[in-house]
Amino acid sequence: MAQFIEIDGRDIGEIRIYALSTCGWCKKTKNFFNENKIKYAYIDVDRLDPNETEPVRKEQLKHNPAGSFPTIVVDGAAIIGYDEEKLAELVRR
Amino acid sequence: MDERVQKRLEALKKDAAAGGYKLNPDEGFVADLAEGLVTNADRYGLEICPCRLIDGAPEENMDIVCPCVYRDDDLAEYGACFCALYVADGVPTKQVPERRPPREARKAVTEKTEPSGAPAAALKYPVYRCTVCGYLCANTNPPRVCPICKAKAERFERFM
Repeated sequence: MAQFIEIDGRDIGEIRIYALSTCGWCKKTKNFFNENKIKYAYIDVDRLDPNETEPVRKEQLKHNPAGSFPTIVVDGAAIIGYDEEKLAELVRR
Repeated sequence: MDERVQKRLEALKKDAAAGGYKLNPDEGFVADLAEGLVTNADRYGLEICPCRLIDGAPEENMDIVCPCVYRDDDLAEYGACFCALYVADGVPTKQVPERRPPREARKAVTEKTEPSGAPAAALKYPVYRCTVCGYLCANTNPPRVCPICKAKAERFERFM
């Protein structure tokens, strides 16, 4: 099973990002958490081996049926796409 | 910056200006997307949208080759395309929702439309439609490159 890459920081809950290495919004999302020193984990789905992609996609689709990137899962609830306001709200908690 | 990325970036700027489109004013963001396009061209032989994952065979993903067929609708409705390479104005702070239908529902978008009941036989030339920007041209073949949005000939469909 493909591994999420964990980035250390302030723990505000379990944050998992389904991302693409080529996507500008995904980079912005990771940068947002980096700048705010928040603990999160991410996986670049486009960089997975083809046989690893399917199970990760399945998991992502459970949270976001459109399967779009980034899908940000916070304690099981999904934020779909980069949204500065929603992310700012998240780090205030 | 890699030389190919630099070249791609310059072409993007030139083509956008020529077609009356605006690139995102965030130059770093646009440079990253240009790099993503070059990466995807190497991976798939197609400049797949850097913010989307290819689904199935490359030829089933022509709708998300940049510029994608959803760009103009997203620009009109939200002021930016999905990856935010193209914008109506300013730097967007929120990504637009995904307009691309799920795989099963996508056929209508990706399958070339058949000219329906049009008096094609009466026309001196067939009419081709650019699936990216809607440009129409009446000629034996579609142009190699769309003069409006610079999409390649394979993005054209027979319209009449």
